[in-house]
Amino acid sequence: MLLFIVAPLAGMFLHVGKAELSEAAADPEVTSSVWLTLGASMLATLLASFSAIPFAWLLARKDFPLKRLVSGIIDLPIVIPHSAAGIALLGILAPGTAVGSLGERLGLTFVGGIGGIMVAMAFVSIPFLVNAARDGFEAVPARLEQAALNLGASPLRVFFSVSMPLAWRSIVSGLVMMWARGMSEFGAVLIIAYHPMITPVLIYERFGAFGLRYARPVTVLFVAVCLLFFVALRMIAGRRRHA
Amino acid sequence: MISEVSFTVGEGEYFVLLGASGTGKTVLLEILTGVITPDSGSVLLAGRDITRERIQRRKIGMVFQDQALFPHMSVGGNIAYGPASSGMGRADIRALVSRIAFETGIAHLLGRSPATLSGGEAQRAALARALAAGPDCLLLDEPLSSLDTGARIEIRSLLRKLNRAGMTMVHVTHDYEEAAALATKIGIMENGTVVQVGTPQSVLSSPGTEFVARFVGIRNVYRGKLKRKTDGTMVFESASNPSFSLETLSEAGEGEATAMVRSEDVTLSAFRPDTSARNTFYGTVSEIVPAKRGAEITVEAGERIVSMVTERSAGSLGLERGARVFASIKASAVRIIEG
Repeated sequence: MLLFIVAPLAGMFLHVGKAELSEAAADPEVTSSVWLTLGASMLATLLASFSAIPFAWLLARKDFPLKRLVSGIIDLPIVIPHSAAGIALLGILAPGTAVGSLGERLGLTFVGGIGGIMVAMAFVSIPFLVNAARDGFEAVPARLEQAALNLGASPLRVFFSVSMPLAWRSIVSGLVMMWARGMSEFGAVLIIAYHPMITPVLIYERFGAFGLRYARPVTVLFVAVCLLFFVALRMIAGRRRHA
Repeated sequence: MISEVSFTVGEGEYFVLLGASGTGKTVLLEILTGVITPDSGSVLLAGRDITRERIQRRKIGMVFQDQALFPHMSVGGNIAYGPASSGMGRADIRALVSRIAFETGIAHLLGRSPATLSGGEAQRAALARALAAGPDCLLLDEPLSSLDTGARIEIRSLLRKLNRAGMTMVHVTHDYEEAAALATKIGIMENGTVVQVGTPQSVLSSPGTEFVARFVGIRNVYRGKLKRKTDGTMVFESASNPSFSLETLSEAGEGEATAMVRSEDVTLSAFRPDTSARNTFYGTVSEIVPAKRGAEITVEAGERIVSMVTERSAGSLGLERGARVFASIKASAVRIIEG
């Protein structure tokens, strides 16, 4: 099983020489694309968390009609083809649509802009955050929240002082997964915003235009940067757990 | 589900609600604190209807059975949580936490994590946390059930101290002895209903139902019929063995009845006793069980009769399984519940 995952990646790393890698690292198109990808995914995750985390708490704590259906809908972005997701998003974000027009009035460009990239990334990766956060909140004994309310805390204070801190490990894990998944998104972003090019799209373009040899260095660089960030965030999350 | 629950707790009283597991005691506490809203009925606190009031505004402190201390805060942080939520200043909070920690005997534990506390220490911390929020009344959900004997004695003493200082307490438990040791008033709960309310002594001496009798530890409970003899004396005849009868001073009418005798009111002797006791039986010792205050002796004498004797008495009587003894019960000790 491990070999199945490691072998293609290892092979890719072994096929790229230092010179090619340095050239890719020095290429402004590559570096700006990498920063765009990391930044857009991070910002999308951060902005989505303001609604995703409280929503996850609701799913964990409250019973409401059609709750099971709602939970199923949350997982939809994972199961539908991402190009389909892109088409669906295009339908509501394009200029002339209500959301598209509102965005334009606020100076936001969705189609062919960073706004669209962020929306596409968030759309396909938000289930990871919602599900992880929900599991985290479910693991917090409701009794503790009741105790906090009984001591005079408002529901908001209970959420920030009891529920969130105790579910923090799962929430951070969800944030990291959402960021990572968003960063590697291709299909939905390709439809919404080919430009500016996030790195998965850049890799695709270089592969299509110039072949495997030209796409590999960018790929290796991007995978290395992703791994670095991913491991660092995991370590930070782990340190908070043990603190 | 609970129904037909009605009781009043006076200011400064120590009310203990007694009931077996599953009778609805915890549900009742959750209604009082506001976690659950009842379908009908009302909760009044100092004349104020708080039935639909939010949990935070009720001024009713709750100590949970598992303490429910916040694991990510220190003991000091837990105690400070209530005052901090009310907007109290930091200096005032520090002073309050110190005072309450001292009063509850945990001043040396303020920096500790709840996970490192013993059962007794955690219970003190939970009490301190509830008190720091300034409640008008304290609710205690089985506060002693998970503690060892030593910790129970300590916490019981602390609870008495708090009550003597004026705190109104509502305490739920399944342990009658715990109730008798602490309560000024007890209520017995059966199947979601409060079936009797009274002082511990009155409930023990005059249980209203067979359930209450068994619950408060009365071991001799018989079902049968109450009859009036030609000389006017009331006699109870056991349904399972009509030759087993008890004279009683009860003024209840003839008919179906339950007779109860406390085991402390059964006297054993090796020879026929020369006493005023009107009920004397000759039987065989079938069981001897050591008890806190001596030994519980079961005698088969047509019906099973349980007597509580001191260790000394057991020794002097030479009691052992198979021994033949006389068991005598005064008519005044036979309590009758009609129906």
